[in-house]
Parts: sequence; C-alpha cells; structure tokens
Amino acid sequence: MNVFTLGFVAAVLIALAPVLLAALGGALCARAGVFNIGLEGQMLLGCFTAVAVSAKTGSALLGVLAAVGAGVLTALVLAIGAIRLRADPIVLAIGTNLLAVGLTGFLLRSVLGTSGTYSSPDLAGLTRLGDTWVGSIPVLGDVFRSSSWIVVLSLLAVPALGFFLARHPAGLRLRGIGENPDAARSLGVRVSRYQQTAILVAGALCGLAGAQLALGNVQLFSEQMTAGRGWVAVVAVMLGRGRPWLVLAACVVFGAAEAFGFRLQGLGLPQQATDAAPYVITLIALLLTSAVSRRNPVPAGGTR
Amino acid sequence: MATLAPDRPTVAARLRRAGGRAVTGAALPALLASLVVGAIVLLTAGTNPITGYEALVRGVLLDTNLPYLAAAFAPILGMAVSFAIPLRMGEFNLGGDGQLVLGGITAAAVAMAIPSWGLAGFGVAAVAGAAAAALWAALAVPLARYGRVPVIISTLLLGFPAVSFASYLARYPLTDKGTGIPQTPRLPDAMHLPALPVSAYVNLGLVVAVLVLAAYWVVDARTGTGLQLRTLGANLRFGQYVGIDVGRRATGALAASGAVAGLTGALIVAGPPYRFIDGALVTPGYTFTGVTVALIASGRPAGLLAGSVLFTALQVGGTGMERDVGIPRQLTAIIQASVVITFVLIVAVRAYRSRTRAGAR
Repeated sequence: MNVFTLGFVAAVLIALAPVLLAALGGALCARAGVFNIGLEGQMLLGCFTAVAVSAKTGSALLGVLAAVGAGVLTALVLAIGAIRLRADPIVLAIGTNLLAVGLTGFLLRSVLGTSGTYSSPDLAGLTRLGDTWVGSIPVLGDVFRSSSWIVVLSLLAVPALGFFLARHPAGLRLRGIGENPDAARSLGVRVSRYQQTAILVAGALCGLAGAQLALGNVQLFSEQMTAGRGWVAVVAVMLGRGRPWLVLAACVVFGAAEAFGFRLQGLGLPQQATDAAPYVITLIALLLTSAVSRRNPVPAGGTR
Repeated sequence: MATLAPDRPTVAARLRRAGGRAVTGAALPALLASLVVGAIVLLTAGTNPITGYEALVRGVLLDTNLPYLAAAFAPILGMAVSFAIPLRMGEFNLGGDGQLVLGGITAAAVAMAIPSWGLAGFGVAAVAGAAAAALWAALAVPLARYGRVPVIISTLLLGFPAVSFASYLARYPLTDKGTGIPQTPRLPDAMHLPALPVSAYVNLGLVVAVLVLAAYWVVDARTGTGLQLRTLGANLRFGQYVGIDVGRRATGALAASGAVAGLTGALIVAGPPYRFIDGALVTPGYTFTGVTVALIASGRPAGLLAGSVLFTALQVGGTGMERDVGIPRQLTAIIQASVVITFVLIVAVRAYRSRTRAGAR
C-alpha cells in the first residue's frame, strides 16, 4: 500500500486548511494575550452562513463573504464582553460555542427546512483548482487538485502572519501586549483595541475556515459539522506556541491524521476508529512536544 | 503544574468576588434577557414569539409531557453536579458527553456479563461505569501536569474518542443482533431501576441523583476537602501557599466529576428503554444543560437544584413546542446559551460598577 502519493498530499491540504485558518486566528489572539476558545462556534456559524447564503443566492463567493461576516459578528460578543466589559473569556466562549450549535440547528430547520444534513443542487460550492488552469501545472496541479482558493490563501496566511508578528510595528506592539500588557499600556499602546482587533480578525478567519469546510471540503451543512476542529485549532496554537510556522506544522499533523484515517477506512477499519484518531494523535503530539516547550514557554495567554 | 496555576483569578473566584447576591441576582435578569433573545430569534424566523412561548409553557404543563420532565431531570441534575465539582476549584470539565457514554456502555457491558445478579448486579455495573468514566476524566490531570494541556481542552478532546469507542461497541461487539439498530440488548428485567409510585418514568435514578447532590452538598460545605477546593478556586496561589496539594485535589475533583457523569450514564441505561442506544445519551444535550446550570449557580448546591428544575422544564417544554407548533426545539439551546452569555456579562458589569464606585469613594 502506498498512501504517500501526491493524492495523499492533496487530501492533507484540504483536511488541514480549516483548522489552519482558525489556528492562525487563535495564534494572533494568543500573542495578544487573549485565550480564545470560541473558535469552534465561530467556525460552525461560518459553515452554516456559507451554505445558507450560497443556497439562496447561488453564489459561492457571497457565501464566503457572509461566512466571514458571521464569524466577525460572533467574535464581537467575545471582543466586547471579554475585553471591554472584562467578563470571563472562557465562560463567554463556552456560551458562544453553545449558541452556535443551537442557532445553526434552529436556522437549519426554520430557514433551510431540514434537520440533520442539508445538501442541494442549488448549493454553489467553491471551484476546485484542479478544474482551472492550475490543474495543468505538472506537480502543483495534482497537489492542489481538490483545493479551493481558500486553501491557497490559508497557506499564504502563514508567512503573512509570520511577517506581521516579526517585523510590522503593529505586530510587535501586539506581541508586547501579550508579553506584558501593563508595560504596553504605560508606553501608550491601546491594549484593549489591539486585543479586540485580534479577536475580530480571528473571527473572520474562523468564518473563512467554516466556508472552506462547508463549501470546499464538502458541499453541505450538517449539525455540528465542525466536530471539534475549532478545539484542535486551539491545541495547534499551543503546540505551535503561537508561532505561525509551528502552528502550520501542528495543523499538518492533524490534517495528515485525518487524511490517513480516510485511507484506513477504505481498507476496512471501522469508521469510529478513524473518527477518533485525529483527536488522539493531537493529544499525543501535545504530550510529546511538552518537553521542548518547557524550555520555551507558551506566550502569555496561551495557557490558562 | 503550569496549566493548573493560572496567574489570574478563576471564574469561580470572579463570580464569588462579585458577591453572593450579585451572582444569584444575576441569574434571573439573565434568564429574562435570554427570553428576549429567544423572542428576537423567533421574530426573525417569522414566528410570533407569543405563540412560541405559549407552546413552550404548554409543553411543560401538558400531562403527557410530565413523565419526560421527570425522566430528564435526573440526568440534567447529574451532569450539573459533575460539572460543578471541578468548577469549585476553577477547572472546567467539558468532556461530560464522553464520560456519560463511557459510564453507560460500561454499565451495559458489565450488566450483560452478570445477567442473573438482579438489581445488585446492576449496582456493580453502575459502579464499573462510574469507575471507567472517572479514570477517563482523571487522565486530564497528567495531561495538564506533564503535557501542559489545559483541563478544559484535554477533557473536551478526550470526549471524542470516548464517544466513538462507545458507538463502536454498540454497533459491533456488544450489539443486539437482529435489530439492525446500533444498540445493546435489553437489560434483564431484574436490573431495571424500579419505578417510583408516581410514574413509570420516575425511577430510583431520581433518588440516586438527589443523593449525589446531597453528598456534594455535604462535601462542599462541611468537609476539609470542600474547603480546600473552594480555596483553590478563589485563589490558587494562596491555596498552594497554605500547602494544599493541587495535583491531588485536581485528580480527585476530576475523578469525582467523571464518576458522577459515568453514574448518570449508567442510570439512563437502566431506565426505559433499558439499553444503551448509540447517540441516545448525547443527543438530548444533558451535558451542556448541566454546564449551563452549574455556571449560573457557580457550583452552589442549592443553585444546582433550582437551576436543574428550571432548565429541565425549558428542555422538555422545547420538545413539546416542537411537536405542538413546529418551532425547532433548538430554540431552547439558544436560550440556554444566551443565559450563559448574559449571565457572565451582567456579573462583569456589576463588578465593574462596584469597582468604580469604590474608586470614587
């Protein structure tokens, strides 16, 4: 059996993209000193909005934009509640995650008129790059065969965020806030504004992640379809200590576990075993890397 | 103990600092605000909120729904106590679903192995279920100590494989052959929890759940362990300074939390329809209803009891509303989530106000 083909790489790419987008948002928050565990709910609302808008308008792009909007709106609760009103960010995030499950389930029934899973020919999915000019490029064409432009964007976001945090003045200020908010405040940096922006950007990325999951990876919405990916993203942030390239590496582990699971399922392993594998592998990876991270502590806000 | 030693006050501490009256006083306004949120959701979905809420109340009071009310109360109370135990020391056990199904499937498996032992045999099965779930929940502590995974994340992630494993067992090795439904065989009649005289749906499980709450009440208010947990919840560093063994308390709290969730799962299996059905323990959302209750009660025993009654009514009313006027029962999940959000916001705003007032003086 040869699973490590270009096709496998392609499968890993689409499995990791939603987690990566959410994790980059989480990384931004962690570096700003905000422990954001609301990623799961924001991603789920992104999934639903993308599908609902795409089904009603027939445009995948409008679906994606609406999903980003939904992610930001959900994140707004956290941004205002936790930063401005200083409510507990963890309880607030539990609340918004719960709200996302209820709201998407409710709207699935009242707006799309079905329960469980919605899929329809009206639903415009994202174009697969394999069907465009990219498909004719030798190796890259195979690798990005089933990816959408959002997958490419998620990969490009890694160096972009890396550059922002390492070189851009605003990124440096953001990191300073995460290291020591009081010192940053005394230097005249508007701490809460940076933290709120970080949360809202993370919301936008989660919305995008949801759109990719519901219109790119598959073309349907089903209740609780994010299935813990937002939480895996939180773990990826911890594994990568909030550093974009390391976060990418952590997401690759998850993506590979998921893609590998699909292959094993094809070989007759029960679905339940492959369903559970990514979470188990994620936890084991976290344990194994803790020896390393002990020397390089997680940035403030990365842990509780 | 990196992840068990936050530099900032835990939620429990924040809620308590807001003052006892502020917390209990915030629960009611939060509920009212959430009903308004629910009304807005109903309006945007094109339904008259009055029709919806009328059906919700009718759903609770309808005679035919009262058995459901009684049947759902014990699991919700159980999951509320389960979440409350580690919350007292400021930790979150979000893996309730996984522990619930582990308890249920273990109890079903053990009961199948000793079919002739009767109700005592089910007692053994329930203890086994509680033990399995306790071990699974306590795994979060080494993960926190040696792997630096926050408990809130490790418990949640451990829940996924547990649910998958239970689902696998109910589908293949332990399945009731011939039915085609992923479920274990029916428990022998002697192992069914005896119904209380009130209704067929109200069984011994309710008594057990109330006893668990009573035990939690006593431990929380009257023992050193309870005091230590609350001390750690109020100020973890102070707790460490006065010599409380945080690792031991965390292990104990999570194991107890898992045990209560596992026991709850076992009790569900021994009630109608007397078997473990894949998804039947998770789908009603007992875990997060329990989380909601425990959060707005901030783990206080009396609050757990009152909150469980209220939220069971809300959940059962939602099911009735769905059957009656076709409004999706997820409305109650929306209201539940809004209660958590508005509650924590109200507490924060009140704390902010009392801070500024103190500053002005």
